[in-house]
Amino acid sequence: MNKMQHHKLFLLTMVLAVLHAAVIFAGFVAPYDPATQNREFAFAPPTKIHFTNSAGQFTWRPFVRSSKGDEVGHSYREDTSELFPMRFFVHGDRYRIAGMSMSVHLFGVDAPGRVFTLGTDSFGRDVLSRALYGGQISLLAGLVATAITLLIGTFLGGLAGFYGGWLDDAIMRVADLFLALPWLYLLFAIRAFLPLQMEPLQAFLVLVVVIGTVGWARPARLVRGVVLSARERNYVHAARGFGASDGYIVWRHILPGAAGVIVTQAILLIPQYVMAEITLSFLGLGVGEPVPTWGNMLNALMQMSVLQSYWWMIAPALLAIPFFLGYQFLGSLWGEQVARVKP
Amino acid sequence: MIFSGTTIRRHASWLALLAISVPCRGAAQEISKKPPLEFLRTETPAGISGGRLVVSLSAEPKTFNPIVLADDASKIVVGSLVSDLIHINRSSQLPEPALAKSWSVSPDGRKYTVNLRRGLQFSDGHPLTVDDVLFSFQLYLDEGLHAPQRDLLIINDKPIVVKKAGPETIVFELSKPYGPGVRLFDSFAILPRHLLESKYRKGELGQAWTTAAAPAELAGAGPFRFKQYVPGQKLVLERNPYYWKVDQNNNRLPYLNELVFLFIANQDAASLRFQSGEIDLLSHLTPQNFASLAKHAEARGLRLLDGGASLEWNFLFFNLNDNKNLSHEITRKQAWFSSIAFRQAVASAVDRPGMVRLIYQGKATAIWGPVTPGNKAWLDAALPQPGRSTERARQLLRDAGFSWDRNGALLDSRQQQVQFSIVGASSNPERMSMATMVQEDLRQIGIHVSLVPLEFGALLHRILDTHDYEACILGLGSGDTDPNADSNVWLSNGETHIWNLHRKSPSTPWEAEIDDLMNKQASEPDFEKRKKEFDRVQQLLAANEPLIFLVSPHVLVGVKSKLGNFQPVVMDPVDLWNVDELYWKTK
Repeated sequence: MNKMQHHKLFLLTMVLAVLHAAVIFAGFVAPYDPATQNREFAFAPPTKIHFTNSAGQFTWRPFVRSSKGDEVGHSYREDTSELFPMRFFVHGDRYRIAGMSMSVHLFGVDAPGRVFTLGTDSFGRDVLSRALYGGQISLLAGLVATAITLLIGTFLGGLAGFYGGWLDDAIMRVADLFLALPWLYLLFAIRAFLPLQMEPLQAFLVLVVVIGTVGWARPARLVRGVVLSARERNYVHAARGFGASDGYIVWRHILPGAAGVIVTQAILLIPQYVMAEITLSFLGLGVGEPVPTWGNMLNALMQMSVLQSYWWMIAPALLAIPFFLGYQFLGSLWGEQVARVKP
Repeated sequence: MIFSGTTIRRHASWLALLAISVPCRGAAQEISKKPPLEFLRTETPAGISGGRLVVSLSAEPKTFNPIVLADDASKIVVGSLVSDLIHINRSSQLPEPALAKSWSVSPDGRKYTVNLRRGLQFSDGHPLTVDDVLFSFQLYLDEGLHAPQRDLLIINDKPIVVKKAGPETIVFELSKPYGPGVRLFDSFAILPRHLLESKYRKGELGQAWTTAAAPAELAGAGPFRFKQYVPGQKLVLERNPYYWKVDQNNNRLPYLNELVFLFIANQDAASLRFQSGEIDLLSHLTPQNFASLAKHAEARGLRLLDGGASLEWNFLFFNLNDNKNLSHEITRKQAWFSSIAFRQAVASAVDRPGMVRLIYQGKATAIWGPVTPGNKAWLDAALPQPGRSTERARQLLRDAGFSWDRNGALLDSRQQQVQFSIVGASSNPERMSMATMVQEDLRQIGIHVSLVPLEFGALLHRILDTHDYEACILGLGSGDTDPNADSNVWLSNGETHIWNLHRKSPSTPWEAEIDDLMNKQASEPDFEKRKKEFDRVQQLLAANEPLIFLVSPHVLVGVKSKLGNFQPVVMDPVDLWNVDELYWKTK
């Protein structure tokens, strides 16, 4: 890996780390609680952040103005009589991070001012806060489902590759079957068998387990290939000659060789599974109201009028794009590196 | 009374359709060997025959059988297939002759003599006689068939007696005078005995006339007859050549050759297809789509009509069914649901004006009872309209033995956390939004609510058949402005007593009082007295909150400018009520 690639990899990792941090610490970064409805601010456009006061002078501390819509909550207009300076580390809605209850937010304005950086939805809920909290569910779904897939895939692929014979045949035929299944329809079918009424957490777990379980076939094939070639190598034969057990050989000699493949798979699977969550929630089969996820937030765009009139409602998609791109680039860089390193 | 899956709107006045019965020789010559048909001639401006009308339907009809239908889509479709003896003109809201050419009421108000038109035929050409009328009422009165309209025929606990009194005359004997008078006959379609009698004798009538039936199995006396049904796509009706109405120029109605219903569950999709010209007529428009369609309406040759408050009322209700098959979870929660204080607390926590503003962009009206401002004759103006108050809600709950834990979650007297689910129609975004707002409103008083969007047919199945739900947000559209049309909802043994179905006797004293009042007004010919009685029903409903009334949306309809004789009305069907008179101004 040359210097340029190192630089790229570092930059990408940093971008992804910042995005992940924002989502993980959503409670802190988001100015408001994601479920709080501000009914007098339905579909409020993003709040304008001003750097110059009414006299045209530049101020170091940006500020916002309160705005008011008409009686049905449209055509918002700024009220120039009052201004609310933006502040860091303000106290607001309570939230929990890692079990700790806190109320300090990264930024905000003093009440009764409001700052809706990315506007509000039909119930006047802050879109930025919802997108960040929504990312928690969507990303966690991606990560957990990937972990499940890789665990199953590595175990079955390793088993097939290492022992070969009828076990290999059996596992690989089942894998073929899973690859041939149209996964979206399979998910629909599985969802249809589950009870209709589920708590958001239950629905989330079911979703993750289902997504994770159906995707094991591809990583299993790749791992099988790597294991198959690794077990015929001289150092493996040598270890066997010294009386090493199967477990020792797999752990010490074979899995390290497969690690590159597994990590690359993980990097490619995470965005794919985040997308699966988005798809299911978009179609109303994922986590329900009022818990936000990127998928169920984008669901509002199914209504033509929302798509036409309120561009900020597309925010979750805009947030998801750097995630996907980041993971894709990271994946290809890793892939190159794995290809270069000779086992 | 119908379940409405979507929103409905009404429009103001419209040239009264004056119907007179005249024998018409010119058109009657089409039918040979039969006695000449005594046509009904309409006074509407004459139109041009031909063409097809494409209409959007938000759900597939569940059945074509008027004896078992309960859903909106079936009702709309069947409305074009069948006719009744005396029909309420949806525009004037007054009864007028239909299959009956005339009628008389005895001085004591207990005997209606109805004279059938001579020479009537069903859409398959078979003659329609007094025997078909007798047969039809036999079906509606049969307790085993559970016809939703049956309650209307039970007056003073005694069914109406239907007798043949001559070759074209039927006598209806009532045990008491009937308040709404001949409006009664509006919802009773006359059915063909020659097609249904054998099924009825075998006890298979409930399964007859399903959507899988062949066109030859169905016949009615409506303006159209069944031609083709493509599941998931469309329903095609064709012109009934034996229809009994003519226009001013003695041309036989209907003008249209075909009436096509496209099944489009998504209102946005329907709106786009209307905009592109694929659909000719679209009612139940959302306020958002109405506004966006109105922008370029004239250039596209479309008319968008806002008719003000409809007869539809949306409400939240709890499962109060006393049914042994209910799950333990539901029966446990019914301890809360059956408490009046609990329901009143929920009612005072909900934000009705917020729903009008956020969901309907102001094009709806908040309601506290089942009579909407669209029904001016029967609205109880004195009904209290308490505003939203979480304090009052909390007070009510506290007084009823509820408490809150340190996280603010509501606990019942056994220290169990109060939480329940609300089911709603996924095809109706307005109602799902109401549910989301109720969810937030109830969170404020410590109640945890989860939402379950369901396909509309599955939702109805749960509400009416399995009773497997905890709470539900639904809309009902009154079939008539007269309160008696809704008696199947208010009577405790009514077929649509939705919160507690199939009761033999009232479960609570206030339900008993409502039963009593509804029965009284039903036999009271004096309007003022009836009004007083029904006002009391409205007050009892508002006080006991078996249904928590939310909002009534306005009637919003879009139509191609070229469609003649079109005017939306407040009564259902708001758009197709005069489908026999609709015509294309240019071909």
